[in-house]
Amino acid sequence: MIRFEHVHKAFGDKVVLDGLSLEVPEGQTTVLLGYSGSGKSVTIKHVVGLLTPDAGAVTVDDQVVHELDWEGLTELRSRIGYVFQFAALFDSMTVGDNLRLGLVRRALEPGEIQERVEQSLRLVGLSDTEDRYPAELSGGMRKRVGVARAIALRPRYILYDEPTTGLDPVTSAVIDQLMIRVREELGTTAIVVTHDMRSAYTVGDRIAMLYEGRIRQVGTVQEIQETDDPVVRQFIEGRPSLEDPRDAAALSGGSA
Amino acid sequence: MTHPARLRDSAPARQVAGFGTFALDAARALRDRRTWGPLLLEQMRRLGVESVPIALFIALFTGIVLALLSKYIFTGAVPIYFVGTLVGKAIMLELGPVLTGMALAGRVGANIAAEIGTMRVTEQVDALETLAYDKHAYLVVPRVLAGTLMFPVVTALAIALGVTAGYFTSLNLLDLSSAEFVKGLQIFYKFKDIWYGLVKAASFGAAVTLIGCLQGLATSGGAAGVGRRTTLAVVYGCEAILVLDAFWAVVLL
Ligand SMILES: Nc1ncnc2c1ncn2[C@@H]1O[C@H](COP(=O)(O)OP(=O)(O)OP(=O)(O)O)[C@@H](O)[C@H]1O
Ligand SMILES: [Mg+2]
Repeated sequence: MIRFEHVHKAFGDKVVLDGLSLEVPEGQTTVLLGYSGSGKSVTIKHVVGLLTPDAGAVTVDDQVVHELDWEGLTELRSRIGYVFQFAALFDSMTVGDNLRLGLVRRALEPGEIQERVEQSLRLVGLSDTEDRYPAELSGGMRKRVGVARAIALRPRYILYDEPTTGLDPVTSAVIDQLMIRVREELGTTAIVVTHDMRSAYTVGDRIAMLYEGRIRQVGTVQEIQETDDPVVRQFIEGRPSLEDPRDAAALSGGSA
Repeated sequence: MTHPARLRDSAPARQVAGFGTFALDAARALRDRRTWGPLLLEQMRRLGVESVPIALFIALFTGIVLALLSKYIFTGAVPIYFVGTLVGKAIMLELGPVLTGMALAGRVGANIAAEIGTMRVTEQVDALETLAYDKHAYLVVPRVLAGTLMFPVVTALAIALGVTAGYFTSLNLLDLSSAEFVKGLQIFYKFKDIWYGLVKAASFGAAVTLIGCLQGLATSGGAAGVGRRTTLAVVYGCEAILVLDAFWAVVLL
């Protein structure tokens, strides 16, 4: 189980996380919603120790991430797959080698490695790209390679940072189904960061909304859909808020 | 008097401390041979073999100019075979290692800082870490080892060509005989002339690659950040070479 306990994180004087607490139950998919720039990526980077909290703690299987020594952290990371928001593929390597790198580290048999590479690429619909370089792929294809690189590891936990952003609706649905399959077949515990409400409702067992550095609300899909919290309602319904009437006037071309 | 705490927090002190921690991390990563072992040969090729042309180019002209200069200096005062002595000693002890080091600080230092810096700002370094790799073992160790091993090799080639260029210049432009040049070369020759230059070159290689890696990993802020760190890698690399050069002169001569 992944647990955030009163996590604080600031960059300079910009406070991003301000006492965030959240539990991610075993075997479930928890969707993390929030406005752009609200700190969703920052939140999940704490789980793999890419960032350390200024105060509070993140625990994975009752281990406090920022207190682990190097060996402990390496061992923890080998249980977690991470899908980066901007794919973060190794651009000097082919797609196949991108997938292989993590598998080689886990000392798997060469045959097993090749099988997993091919299977993972097939699952994201990119079987024919194994020998191509990331620069030769479209943005959406790169994103899917990022997903393949994480699921090839068959980790216990997967953190998906906006896995479907920028994909066409059909490919998005394919990735949604893939995330559900991974959870069902491998029993993976996942955090999915997304803005895509359709995806959130499809893959999520629970949904949490990050707002002003804390979890504003967390609950089942149904609880969130029926919420009466105005902030959450506004976000899931996607209603705009041009609070300053001058902005609205400026955009409509008239004078205030 | 400066308060010790303030001294410790001053920018140069923090830089030295940062560099020390970084070098220790890299040394610790040496144990992880399974990670850096397969990458070493490729780095030796990229940092070493591909640097040979520029090093030879510099050595060629250095040899020619040194021969002409020493003739100019010695005319009338010193036996002409000392041209061979000056060309040999200057290239082996100083100009071979230092000029090669400077050229490689530009080529190798910039290459490393730009590559790792780009990986940093595109989160490839983070991705490497989430795949349970040690970034020091994967990125730093193969480059630093390759630099430490290959700088002396490249320098040795440069010294050989530099002396040869001085030899042919003396024969063709200065009316020295082959025997005179060789006599000058041998007269004060010590074995130390060779290993001193190569030890220096190894230390330059370690410094330039460590600095390149450190600057690369410290990169933030997109393309401008990569450019800034690349420049710093070259500047600090050259400075480190000059400081080390003086250090070895004090310690070893
Ligand atoms: N390394 C960093 N240095 C300084 N500021 C940072 C850093 N990383 C993130 N931030 C800041 O933290 C805030 C949250 O960033 P984060 O990337 O977590 O947003 P996000 O919720 O993932 O947004 P998006 O949906 O657009 O990806 C932003 O204001 C960002 O500027
Ligand atoms: Mg983000």
